[in-house]
Amino acid sequence: MMMIHRWRRSGEFVRSACKSLSSLRPEHNSMSPSVSGFVNRYESKGKTFQSNAWNDHNRELDLGRNLGMMQQYKSFGSSSASKVQRNPLFSSLEPKDVSYFKEILGDKHVIEDEERLETANTDWMHKYRGSSKLMLLPKNTEEVSQILKYCDSRSLAVVPQGGNTGLVGGSVPVFDEVIINVGLMNEVLSFDEVSGVLVCEAGCILENLATFLDTKGFVMPLDLGAKGSCHIGGNVSTNAGGLRLIRYGSLHGTVLGLEAVTANGNVLDMLGTLRKDNTGYDLKHLFIGSEGSLGIVTKVSILTQPKMSSVNLAFIACKDFLSCQKLLVEAKRNLGEILSAFEFLDNNSMDLVLNHLDGVRNPVSSSENFYILIETTGSGETYDREKLEAFLLKSLEQGLVSDGVIAQDINQASSFWRIREGITEALQKAGACYKYDLSLPVEEIYNIVNDLRGRLGKIHITALSPNNFKTEDCNQIMHMVQVTWQMLWDMVTLETLLGLIEPYVYEWTSKHRGSISAEHGLGVMKANEIFYSKSPETVALMVSIKKLLDPKGILNPYKVLPHSFFSP
Amino acid sequence: MKILVAVKRVVDYAVKIRVKPDKTGVDTQNVKMSMNPFCEIALEEALRIKEAGFAKEVVAVSIGPSQCVDTLRTGLAMGADRGIHVEASSSFLPLTIAKILKSLADVENPGLIFLGKQAIDDDCNQTGQMVAALLGWPQATFASKVVLDKDKQSATVDREVDGGLETLSVDLPAVITTDLRLNQPRYATLPNIMKAKSKPIKKMTLEDLKVDIKSDIEIVEVTEPPKRKSGVIVSSVDELIDKLKNEAHVV
Repeated sequence: MMMIHRWRRSGEFVRSACKSLSSLRPEHNSMSPSVSGFVNRYESKGKTFQSNAWNDHNRELDLGRNLGMMQQYKSFGSSSASKVQRNPLFSSLEPKDVSYFKEILGDKHVIEDEERLETANTDWMHKYRGSSKLMLLPKNTEEVSQILKYCDSRSLAVVPQGGNTGLVGGSVPVFDEVIINVGLMNEVLSFDEVSGVLVCEAGCILENLATFLDTKGFVMPLDLGAKGSCHIGGNVSTNAGGLRLIRYGSLHGTVLGLEAVTANGNVLDMLGTLRKDNTGYDLKHLFIGSEGSLGIVTKVSILTQPKMSSVNLAFIACKDFLSCQKLLVEAKRNLGEILSAFEFLDNNSMDLVLNHLDGVRNPVSSSENFYILIETTGSGETYDREKLEAFLLKSLEQGLVSDGVIAQDINQASSFWRIREGITEALQKAGACYKYDLSLPVEEIYNIVNDLRGRLGKIHITALSPNNFKTEDCNQIMHMVQVTWQMLWDMVTLETLLGLIEPYVYEWTSKHRGSISAEHGLGVMKANEIFYSKSPETVALMVSIKKLLDPKGILNPYKVLPHSFFSP
Repeated sequence: MKILVAVKRVVDYAVKIRVKPDKTGVDTQNVKMSMNPFCEIALEEALRIKEAGFAKEVVAVSIGPSQCVDTLRTGLAMGADRGIHVEASSSFLPLTIAKILKSLADVENPGLIFLGKQAIDDDCNQTGQMVAALLGWPQATFASKVVLDKDKQSATVDREVDGGLETLSVDLPAVITTDLRLNQPRYATLPNIMKAKSKPIKKMTLEDLKVDIKSDIEIVEVTEPPKRKSGVIVSSVDELIDKLKNEAHVV
């Protein structure tokens, strides 16, 4: 609620700013005047002001719907202005469809209520919004199967939905797709206290699973900021990464089996609980990370880990990026079995947090260029602590570390985490913000920041900071903020600003063999950008697989793969 | 001048407390233990006084099982010069602790004794007062500001009382117990953690200090506070009035 208030306040400013913006560029006119007028404003504004534009956004979308479904719903997306049009091969919802669904699900679980649809049509950042007129709440796999079978026969497009916490518009309709929300399928089916294998339905909320496991002395292999609302089915479908990836690996490793329903209503039972099972193609992997475009995940079996009692946390300052890299290598070598997090932030991020959040202080007395959080999790309090201390003292002597502190109690540990986790919040307060969720080879992570700083320096970018500096695949989420609005108006048009960032960031990432989406997925935001990270041959095979499993393309259309492959 | 600071090892402030099933106390097995937050503040204040040139040495003392050495190490890493660990297998009530601190004070002759105003595990808020009484020293409890006067050998202490602030002047040697707003304790930095490794921790036993540990108090039972009942939604005004009258007895 607080967040919404903040948006509204800044919305006031955005509205007046947008008027001047639309007058800046009246020449652009590719569609009928009435439509293009707002689409233009909307696009330029969306890109620059991002989530601050909430109020306007609402109003214009209503207008957009009345004018037909010509407009692009991707208001915050990339510069490659791709207008998605509704696929004409899809049928429109008719009263007979609704009565059929009521017959199989019961009246209560067929939602036509506008308020509830409003929520289900909008993603949590209020960036994407569809205009679905129907949400279905199946209670079991059989019902999901019946729904899909019918929709496939009728060519009705659907969007599978879990907790609706995605960041790339993958969990909301683009147009009028029927929403299938699995939230009522929320039973834990079994838990084996010897093997740690948990079997549950797709609609279980991650935090509830974590609480359930806590009483058994286990933890989920993944943890996310959105844990209070996201569903395990959605986590699996998007191959969510999260905080424990460095320790327990990705869901491709921890998910032992699943049950999924394909577009024609076939139920694929792959709900194994074995860690070793080399019998033919391991098809479950097709459904992990395919964002609901190949089938709806209905049940999951997942390997959970025993809970460790000893957690230690250090906050370290480093002079240069090379030291950070060396420290990472050394940490893996020396703390291997207990290392549970290695997170990174630069001094820009630190300043941002110190300036915008209350009650935060820099744990190290002197200001440095880079800061690193090292967390260990293990079973022996004294042993783990001695190991961490010895490692850090050695690094201090070697000059890899210039200063640092070790949390002496949980309170201190949370105040260190507060700095790292407060970056997102501080960015919101600082101004408009662009986020690029990139994965890059570790040695390249900071180069892109320096390159972009050189490129954008003149327009007062106040923070340009990679964080989430993790081992192995070196996931990086990059944030940029500009705060000084006035300077911005004087020096550069918003169009130029975005032009400086995109497609430069994508091209840079591609050139260095990085991924343009580390863990957020492609959704509708980056579907057309897939070629920056995947070869044409690979994408062609993906398209064939999609067409094989979902010939009419009804499952989560317009997402993951470029829509041009599927439009008539 | 020497400052003696008592630091207690307690269940971490952020840990959810579980009462043992047999109701003899709180479960401390596999539970994160840390320095009592009020003791941290006491130690920080002592260190600041030393850094301001009013004291030469800060000595941290902890009484309890062998793991208390960890707590003392934390204290040394914050900046205390040396530690004293008084070994004791069981946990004591305030009077015993006060007697131990008194005999330590007789040996060490500090000019000031700092303690937290209370420990977050038993919430007794008695030890500081008892130590002062046993030593016959003046006491200033719940300190929110401490100013030393070297020439007069006295301390001016602000204390937070119900009506506002009370300012006391006490002659040294004195006992001061610290409140939450006195200061913000420092973190243990790597260089200081390294230095702490070479600082001495002296082990002492109850026999060394000749303290009689018999207790006049017996803990009968430890139980959890009653669980909060979940609220109910009433369906009508009549029902609400009925409940207010007959269940809550407020109207």
